[in-house]
Amino acid sequence: MTSLEDLERLAARVPDGALLALAPDYSWVPMAAVRALIRRRVRNLHLLAVPISGLAADLLIGAGCIDTLEAAAVSLGEAGPAPRFSDAVESGAIRMRDSTCPAIHTALQAAEKGVPFMPLGGLIGSDLISHRDDWKVVDDPMGEGGGPIVLLPAIRPDVVMFHSPRADKEGNVWIGRRRELMTMAHAAKTTLVTVETVENRDFLADDATAAGTLASLYVTAVAAAPGGAKPLGLAGCYERDLAHIRAYAREAATADGFRSYLEREVLGQAAGAASSAR
Amino acid sequence: MNAAGHSQEELLVATIARLVAGTGHVAVGALSPIPGCAALLARELGGGRPRVSIIHGDANNPFTDGGRELFDCAGQGRIDVFFLGGAQIDGGADINLVGAGGYPKPAKRFPGSFGSALMYFVVPKVILFAPEHSRRVLVPKVDFVSAPGTSPPEVCRPGGPKALVTGRCVMAFDAARGRFRLDSVHPGHTVEEVRDHTGFDFDVADDVAETPAPEAAHLDLLRTVIAAEIAKTYPDFAKRVLGHVTSS
Repeated sequence: MTSLEDLERLAARVPDGALLALAPDYSWVPMAAVRALIRRRVRNLHLLAVPISGLAADLLIGAGCIDTLEAAAVSLGEAGPAPRFSDAVESGAIRMRDSTCPAIHTALQAAEKGVPFMPLGGLIGSDLISHRDDWKVVDDPMGEGGGPIVLLPAIRPDVVMFHSPRADKEGNVWIGRRRELMTMAHAAKTTLVTVETVENRDFLADDATAAGTLASLYVTAVAAAPGGAKPLGLAGCYERDLAHIRAYAREAATADGFRSYLEREVLGQAAGAASSAR
Repeated sequence: MNAAGHSQEELLVATIARLVAGTGHVAVGALSPIPGCAALLARELGGGRPRVSIIHGDANNPFTDGGRELFDCAGQGRIDVFFLGGAQIDGGADINLVGAGGYPKPAKRFPGSFGSALMYFVVPKVILFAPEHSRRVLVPKVDFVSAPGTSPPEVCRPGGPKALVTGRCVMAFDAARGRFRLDSVHPGHTVEEVRDHTGFDFDVADDVAETPAPEAAHLDLLRTVIAAEIAKTYPDFAKRVLGHVTSS
């Protein structure tokens, strides 16, 4: 049964050292929950970006919550490079496992199917392979002369978190066209969702909503967190605050500047309300 | 805007639009306003062909099956043209999106490889786009191969690089020779200058042309119809480069 609880309780469900998966900044990132994780001083996370990340990863890295990062890229998009990410990789403060977008999607699809690995085309000759001892190159095992092919082990996240406009009273969660959230939840052991509102209806009762719904079967807990994706955007609810993200990029260019941002925007607020008040 | 009446960005848009004209399906990745404008201009001039899919945001984005669909679609052979950049690109068309200096602790870290390690293999016409044409970007050998320019014959590779468009010139890539060939130099630039600012050796076509300036009618389209269309994806770019203000 899906639990309906408050944000801090939800954040407490992410243990230190967890393999935590987050979607890209455009795909309903639970920023209020990320801030709550930082406030509870989560440590040694293995963060999986599916397949890229931005502000969420940069905040967690800067706050010292990340031990290992697996991603195809980390960037603030139009606001430029992710400063704490670049700094942490250049100084060796985090362990970086470089990947490529389709490899992360494919490894999650393997977990989704409950199979141990999945093949992926391309990749041969990329230095990505030589730095990934968990990836294997084999000759076409079907004997059809397809040449070498890469096998990727399934990735089964301990926790997936995202923010949605709405859940229903049954704990079903609307994902619309953000189907990577579906794959992530299917692959994960625990899925935690924050929402703008909980609606008093059943999304699965109507075809028009059912096809864009992640069933409560896959949802561990839901917490209401109005504005919970801000300063990032949420489709149909609010736009990304690009001015905020640009200001962050400037401020977080130095470790001291980042600390000021963290004190002001993340730690200095009791309930994570500052950004939702924007 | 220069004396010729077009900006550098507009020249690059018109140049890339010529390269994608007549193809079937152009996909444009994240953070690619110039390739995006070029694909949309080619579609406008081609009466709806090529089909254009822009991954960034919801406008002109047909994908409804999550982040993997672009890559699955490319793997199926349904995407004919894609654009890749490179913080470093070398003379063999290897691209590096990861970092300069050593790995895993580079002197300068870049965002990462994105989808290049698959897309470079499966999309038949990959256009490399490097607005900064310098020895910093166009290097003798990349420090990290995000994706290789060519592959040995036993590797299944229906796709690969076909052209390199920079702020100074257009080069074609010959996979059999594993080398670039300078095809045209943008107005106001020279072959010598291109050589001076390129860190790798390349061939030079017998008849190196001047990259044609955008036609007036195309510039009009770009600043009106295309500007309004790309503003749905890149409002800041549409305003700054094409003078389009989104009404809201």
